[in-house]
Amino acid sequence: MTIFEEHTRPHGYADLPGLMALMTGDEKHGPAATSTLDVLWVLYDRVLRVGPERMDDPGRDRFLLSKGHGPMAYYAVLAAKGFLPVDWLPGFGSYDSPLGHHPDRLLVPGAEIGSGSLGHGLPIAVGTALGLRAQGLDEPRVWTLIGDAELDEGSNHEAIAFAGPAGLERLHTVVVDNSSASHARPGGIAARFEAAGWSALTVDGRDHEALYAAFTAPHPGRPHMVVARVEPKNA
Amino acid sequence: MDTMRDRFAPVVTRLLDEDPRVAVVLAEIGRDGFAEALRRHPDRVVNVGIREQLLVGAAAGMALTGLRPVVHTFASFLVERPFEQLKLDLGHQGAGAVLVSAAASFDWPAGGYTHMAPGDVALLDTLDGWAVHVPGHPDEAEALLRHAVAAGDDKVYVRLSVQSNARALPVDGERFRTVREGRSGVVVAVGPVLDAVLHATEGLDVTVLYATTVRPFDTAGLRRATAAAGTDVVLVEPYLAGTSTAAANDALADVPHRVLGLGVGRAELRRYGRVEEHVAAHGLDARSLRERIGGFLAVDGVVPAGA
Repeated sequence: MTIFEEHTRPHGYADLPGLMALMTGDEKHGPAATSTLDVLWVLYDRVLRVGPERMDDPGRDRFLLSKGHGPMAYYAVLAAKGFLPVDWLPGFGSYDSPLGHHPDRLLVPGAEIGSGSLGHGLPIAVGTALGLRAQGLDEPRVWTLIGDAELDEGSNHEAIAFAGPAGLERLHTVVVDNSSASHARPGGIAARFEAAGWSALTVDGRDHEALYAAFTAPHPGRPHMVVARVEPKNA
Repeated sequence: MDTMRDRFAPVVTRLLDEDPRVAVVLAEIGRDGFAEALRRHPDRVVNVGIREQLLVGAAAGMALTGLRPVVHTFASFLVERPFEQLKLDLGHQGAGAVLVSAAASFDWPAGGYTHMAPGDVALLDTLDGWAVHVPGHPDEAEALLRHAVAAGDDKVYVRLSVQSNARALPVDGERFRTVREGRSGVVVAVGPVLDAVLHATEGLDVTVLYATTVRPFDTAGLRRATAAAGTDVVLVEPYLAGTSTAAANDALADVPHRVLGLGVGRAELRRYGRVEEHVAAHGLDARSLRERIGGFLAVDGVVPAGA
């Protein structure tokens, strides 16, 4: 574990822009690059029962980043939480780096899935919840993060429509809504989950207390989803 | 005789009883066979409805938690429709599963082209690390299903068919089996085409190898056979013609050789009817095979009665 001792010092939320800058070369990041940042921070800092030392623990919570585009915020949070060494960040996207522009679970410590092609995380999360339940592992919660435009992919709707009636209570989805879908209706995201029997909440995706409250709201017998609204991508 | 698919649910139900890692994932098709298994193992028999992307994605998620998912539907909806899920949710994630298909080439001719997937093995060939079993008899299907489920976390495809040879042969899940030895060429018969190939090559001086596991391709077995029978090779496959031609070429890359790939044609027939009519239309009946194999190898022989 020397690698973590060398590279890990306690990092806080305020360190994230600096960690991202190691990848982007710029301290200032637009809304698109940081759309997931607050959601990821609140999950890893306060909600998920995971850690670098627990990655082989069958009882750990699972976080599946489905929206694999723009993973700088994800890598920054993983580095801040000690899953991967900070000195990996400057190599972002280079041939020898484990950190690609889409994450690969076989290369990134802490990544439960590799993603990039949209619409794969939620179906895999459904299977993860089923697999844990089948083994009597009732404690671990399964989370997946998708984007509002990613929701266009039909594979998500196969998973949404199955998980509600199947009563997958340990399954959680957070949809980061930066209004990037070309065809959308107000309230349409939560409505589609609710129609399938999910518990659904919509909150300000920059408000940490609101996010925490929504993430931890009880939802007996039903899967739970949170719409985290952030600044429009093209505003 | 019962079919390979008749054996599928009973065999996998026993495996569910024996091994707590085993899970079954279905998309409506085939669910009736698992009614009793569902009662006994409600959390390990999952029917996701008519949702084939979820079928494979959910199986991958289950595999990531340590289970050994057995995934079943018709080949069109198991390999073609959710192909990216096979590539990414299993392959790219480093997860394994046993895919068990039915009705791949033309098992239900009256169902038409929407329910045919003769390109299934060729498609899997674009991906790394898949084992492909093509049993030729229900007994072989049973053995290969057990072999596939027991194969750790490997990615395994088992191709069940209503077409069958009259008798089962021993299968080991790896190697080709020599069923006839000659000196003027090697004919590799894959799964259910063996009886037709044996009939077609009666009296011809050729070696016949029987293949029920085609990936990995038994390179050593083919090379051994060509040492005595020469390097003229005919592949007879019950799926897209030429699917294994590259594998045979690679096996013989360092020696002069010729390969003829026979199998299901690429062109859509737009015909319904019966299995035997499609076998003949694709030139896979004994008489057509004898003509094509004999012509390629330029071997003389007595035409068997009734061929």
